[in-house]
Parts: sequence; C-alpha cells; structure tokens
Amino acid sequence: MTRKQRRFILIATCLGILSFALGLILYAVNDSIAFFYSPTKVSELNIEPGTRFRLGGLVQEGSVKRGDNAHVQFVVTDTNQTITVNYKGILPDLFREGQGVVTEGRLSHEGIFVAVSVLSKHDENYVPREVVDALKEQGVWKGGGQKPGSDKGNANDY
Amino acid sequence: MIIELGHFALVLALGIALVQMTLPAWGAHKNDVQFMSVAPMAALTQFCLLSIAFFALTHAFVTSDFSVQNVWQNSHSTKPMIYKISGVWGNHEGSMLLWVLILALFGAAVAVFGQNLPDQLKANVLAVQASISVAFLLFIIMTSNPFERLPNAQVPTLPLNGNGLNPLLQDIALAFHPPLLYIGYVGFSIAFSFAIAALIDGRIDAAWARWVRPWTLAAWMFLTLGISMGSWWAYYELGWGGWWFWDPVENASFMPWLAGTALLHSALVMEKRDALKVWTILLAILTFSLSLMGTFLVRSGVLTSVHAFAVDPERGVFILAIMMFFTGGALVLFAWRSHLLKNGGLFAPISREGALVLNNILLSVSCAVVFIGTLYPLLHEALTGGKMSVGPPFFNMTFGPLMVPLLLAVPFGPFLAWKRGDLLGAAQRLYFAIGVSCLVILLTYGYMYQGPWLAPLGIGLGIWLIAGALNEIAFRVKFMQVSSEESWRRFINLPRSAYGTALAHTGVGVMVLGIVGVTAWQSEKILHMTQGQTVSLAGYDVLFKGVQQQKQQNYNEIIGHFQVRKGGVEIAQLAPSKRQYPVEKQTTTEAGIYPSWWGDLYAVLGEQSSNEKATVRLYFNPLVRLIWLGTLLMFLGGAVSLSDRRLRVGAPRKAKSQNKAVPVAAE
Repeated sequence: MTRKQRRFILIATCLGILSFALGLILYAVNDSIAFFYSPTKVSELNIEPGTRFRLGGLVQEGSVKRGDNAHVQFVVTDTNQTITVNYKGILPDLFREGQGVVTEGRLSHEGIFVAVSVLSKHDENYVPREVVDALKEQGVWKGGGQKPGSDKGNANDY
Repeated sequence: MIIELGHFALVLALGIALVQMTLPAWGAHKNDVQFMSVAPMAALTQFCLLSIAFFALTHAFVTSDFSVQNVWQNSHSTKPMIYKISGVWGNHEGSMLLWVLILALFGAAVAVFGQNLPDQLKANVLAVQASISVAFLLFIIMTSNPFERLPNAQVPTLPLNGNGLNPLLQDIALAFHPPLLYIGYVGFSIAFSFAIAALIDGRIDAAWARWVRPWTLAAWMFLTLGISMGSWWAYYELGWGGWWFWDPVENASFMPWLAGTALLHSALVMEKRDALKVWTILLAILTFSLSLMGTFLVRSGVLTSVHAFAVDPERGVFILAIMMFFTGGALVLFAWRSHLLKNGGLFAPISREGALVLNNILLSVSCAVVFIGTLYPLLHEALTGGKMSVGPPFFNMTFGPLMVPLLLAVPFGPFLAWKRGDLLGAAQRLYFAIGVSCLVILLTYGYMYQGPWLAPLGIGLGIWLIAGALNEIAFRVKFMQVSSEESWRRFINLPRSAYGTALAHTGVGVMVLGIVGVTAWQSEKILHMTQGQTVSLAGYDVLFKGVQQQKQQNYNEIIGHFQVRKGGVEIAQLAPSKRQYPVEKQTTTEAGIYPSWWGDLYAVLGEQSSNEKATVRLYFNPLVRLIWLGTLLMFLGGAVSLSDRRLRVGAPRKAKSQNKAVPVAAE
C-alpha cells in the first residue's frame, strides 16, 4: 500500500465518521430542541398544541393545587399573561409560590401546559437567566435580592 | 492575622509566578543554565506559598472567623467539621484558590520528578505552567479574593454566625467531588504546558510522550473518579432516579474527559511508534482548552443548567478572556510551529496504530457533538436573541450511535500488531469473547422478551468488552495452550500496563451493562400512599409505615418509613427523607435506596408528607450500580498502568542522554 493510499483511507474514514455524525445531529435536532417562551410570548406567537417547549416565569401566589396521585397544578405568570401548568410528579425542593420556575412540556388543545419536567435549581438565590430576561421584558424585574450574582448570590457553586 | 498572612502569601505567589514565567523561558531561549535553573525552585516556592494561603483560608473556616466575608457567606458554626472544611472549596473564591493550588502542585511535581528532563524542556514547561498560574492568580486577586474581610468589620458589629453552606453541598460525595474534578481538569495543564514547550522548542520525540503520558493518565483517572462521584451524588441526592442528565455543567466536565481519553491513546502511539505527533500536540492543547471552557461554563452561568448555582457574569468574562488567550495563543503557536515536528513511523490502516487512530477519530467527533449540543443554545441566542435548550434526546441520539463502533472496536485493538495487523487473525483469537457475547445476547432475548429490542444487544456489547479484555489476558499468558505453571509464570510477568488496559476496558464494559440496564428496564411509580398501604414494583412489595420527625445538628428531618418485602419476607427498610435547613432556608431530598446487584429499589418522599398521606416516587433501577463500579474499575486500571512506570525507570534515562546529545549536535 502506498503512502497516498494510506492517507486516502485515513481521510475517507474521517469524512465518513464526520458525515455520519452530521447526519445524526441533523436528524436529532428536530426532536430535541426546546425553545424558551414566557406566557406573553406563547400567546403572541400562537404556539401550536403539541409543540415541545420550555415555559418560564413566576409561580403565581396561591395557585398551587395538589390533586390525587402526585398531580399538581399551578399557574405560571410573567405578570402580563398566565398559563396553567399540569404536572405529575414530585416538585423540586426549591419550588415555591412567587418564585421563578422553568418547566418543559407541551400545550394541550385546552391551552393547558402539560409539563414533563420542572427544572430544579441548586441554590436558593438562583433565578434562571431566561426568567430574569422574560421578567425584564415585562418591566417587573425587581432585581435586588433575587439578582443572580448579587451579594450572597455568588455564594454557592461547585 | 493568619488571614493577612494567607492574603500576603497569595500576592507573593503571583510575584513568584511572574518570575517563573519569564526568567526560565528567557534562559531556555538564550540557553542560559542559570536562568533556567530558577524554574524548579520557583515552582516549589509558588506551591508552598499557595499552600500557606489555602491553609490560612481553611483555618478561617474551621475556626468560623466570620470577619472574613467568604466564611460569613458560606459557613456556620453549627455545621459538622467535615463540611466546614469542604466549605472552603464549596464556594467560588475558595474553589478558585483550590484550582491554582492544584496547578502549583502539578508544577512542583514536574520540578521534583522531572530531574531527568532536558533542561530547556523543563524550563519551558514550568514557564508555561507559571503563565497559567499568573492568569488565574490575577483573576482571584482582582475579582474573587477569598481573604476579603467584611466591610466595616469592627469587633462589636461582627456577625455572630454565618449564612451557612448550601445544604445540597453538605454531602460526603460532594465534599470530595470538586477536588477530584480539579485534579483532573488542572492535571491536563501539564500536557498543555508540555505541548507548548515542544512547539517553542520545535522538537519532540518519544521521550516527550513518555513524559506526558503518566501525567495525562493521572489527570484522566481523577477526572473519571470526579465525574463518577458527581453522577453518584446526583443519583441519590437530587431524587430524580437518574444518573446523567446531559446537562451543560455535566457536559463541561465530560468534554475534557473525552478529549483526554483520546489524548491518552494517541500519546501511546507517539511513545511506542513515534507517530501522530502533530495530532497529539493538538489534542493536548484542546484537552486543556476544554478544561478551561468547563471552568468558564460552570463559573459564568451563561447556560441554564439543572445544576446551576448563582454565579457572577462579570467574572465569567474574565475567565473567558483567560480561555481565549491560552486557547487562541496555543493554536496560533501550533499553526506557526507545528510543521517543524517531523512525523515518524508509518503504519497500515489495519494495525494497532490504525485502531488507536479510529479510537481518536470517534472520541474527538463525539466530543465535538457534545460541544455542539452544549453550545448551540448560546450561539442561537447570540444570533437570533431567542432562547432554547438542547435536551437529552439529542445527546442520546447522536452520542450513542458514535460510541457503538468505538466500543465494538475496543477488544480488537490489543490483538492487532503494531505497524501491520491482521483483522481476521484478531477475530479468530477473539473467538471466546465473540461466543460469550452472542450467547449472552440470546439468553437476554429469551429472558427479557418484553423490554426494548435493542437492549439485549447493548448487554451483549458490554459483555463483549469484558470478555474481550479477559480474552486478551488469556491469550497473552497462552492459557490452555501451555502448562498451567508456564501460564502462571507468564501471568506474573505480564507488564502491569497490560493489566491496566484490560482492567480499564473491563470497566467500560461493566459501565455499559449498567447504562443499558437502567435505560432499558427502569420502572417507576408515582403515587399517594396512606399508612399501611402496600404497593408492588418490580417484584418488591413496599409497605408505607408512616413518617417521623427528627431534629439533627443543623437540620430538621421528615423521614418516611417503608418496609420492603419480597415473596412475603421482609428484606429491607427504606427511609427516604426531606431535610429542612433553617439557616439556609432550604429543603433537600434524601432518597431511600435498597441496593442489590440486580438493581436498586429507590424511594423519594414528596413534599407535605404526613402519616395520613404521603406522595411517594418509587423506582426500580436495574443494574445501575454497575455504572459506578465500571468507572471505579477504569480508575483502578489507570492506577495499575501508572504503577508500571516505575518499572521503566531506565527508559527515560536513556532518552536523557539522547536529548543531551541532540542540542550539542545542533549548535
């Protein structure tokens, strides 16, 4: 085998594996990307029922209702619009009324967001960046104690 | 006083690092032995100073000196001692101090163990190492000084107690997770420094690889253990029943691991065959760059992560600048100088080298896929302003298929000869492994007919790796071909690196078994239970006996009591709990786990549980323990292989005399 042939085999293998990977990426990307929307954005964009996305905002005070068999219902608000969320499962430890939350799932035909996961956070002071930005858009971001990175905000990390 | 001493030592370390960065490099350039010999002394001094700084901070944590801002923010006098100590690196400032301490430790180790390195190479390596130190020391002193006192901290206004450590971090696995992870991350800096030094020198040989490989191996071992420990922690502490979430923070540590694994294998080719030089250098640069990127992603919080802690974006920019400087600078240097590195040994596509090249291509491509998936949301936001996330299905669908050919190829590698191998011959020698894995696939199909159809093939893949590793050892000792005494003699005389390889590859196989088992056959139930109610899952009957409140040193606990029975016989008690930490105003989940070889019964208590009604989430996680057992075997494999180095003391010495000769001839 000549040097040229060896190099050809090497390059062909590289290209083959790269295009295989590229194909996988293009195939997988449709199914597993979730865009992030605030309740206002959801109504503005008229999101189709069945589209997977992430919904973020504040958990409305007094909206958490617990049903049978770990069914939970709560309302996510960005103070302008609200969306009701249904979830079956155990809520993360830092889930509180009046605090930021990010959930992932799909809208049902009745306009209820059926969440498959509620993102947990590891730190009392952490507010997901998306939620901060969404609230800023509504002009209701209070900053201060909630601001990421403020005072105690930088405290815990690993 | 001790705090000021620590602060002073930190600043002094910066000064020493500046000296270590400049003088030896200048000396290496001018071939001045005096200047070059500054390097080892400076490296040791820097390490001593940073140790003083680190111990000063530890002292402040242990004695709960709340006049120090960092201690006040992250500690509390009622915390158990172990978490007072782990609190030192359980926060941003302290963990960065640990980062540079480990960096200096590696520098000092090169100074001590590198007696037989060529002078110029050693001077350059230590100078590059010092330049990384300088960047991170500047970062610490300018943006995240752990020694800052509380503003206007006079004695009468001193806070009586601190804010406490995030309860999630008050955990034994997480106490050791950051140091292990950092030893891994930072350990790759040695490979990086060696690569840069080689580029500056414009010269590289097998001795270089022989030097770099143990350091890379050590870093890789600890990174493996660190990632595994993080995964183990997430498994039992977060209460989601999962062990890996393809979360940005996890990916941040996984990418350097993938690149480091590739580096480990390509350095092998370079050491044994003097080939793949340019590629190995590039890989060394990329591995450490990915470590820096990992530090950046975790510190800056630019990506929303399930593991996210509050972070400071401005500090992120500083680390980004450091990362750009080192990665960009190194790549420019690489583009400019790499043509000087002459490639050695030729090899046929089917050969040991060829197999290792395939390993490298697949590992790098899968690393690139993880990279794309992790950073795509950032790119998307920068371009369109829209926010999105890439979820686990993406990684499972892309990463998984790339791993399959890699894992299939692993057992062939050691059976192929260097330079030119014989694929058919290798397959014939692997008849045992092929037979066993086919048998296991058939048996699994027969036994687990209701699960996903791919799963038995996955189990077969795991068995193929394990049997392949055994098969290799059996072949090398000529098992059943010569007398058993002869086999035993060969068994004892086999180099340790052969056992290391076999052990690490077995570990991968064991891990694959665990991953396939838990992914394919996990079962789950979420329900409300009342006292005395029984529910069955995966052949176990779980009886809810009620909840109990308990007060501990620094938290209150609600414990659920469950009795586990199998076939009417009690076999275990589960006690999942919710802990409330009054100081930190935070709740954590402790899963109740009944472990066995075949799987874990895993229970999580929901919020607002009482005797009358408790929300319970039950999982059966088949084979899940094998995941961590596998990583442990990989770590041990690395350790066994590393212990082989001492047996080859003669080899580097010989290289030294060669290297000495080369510069003389060149002048």
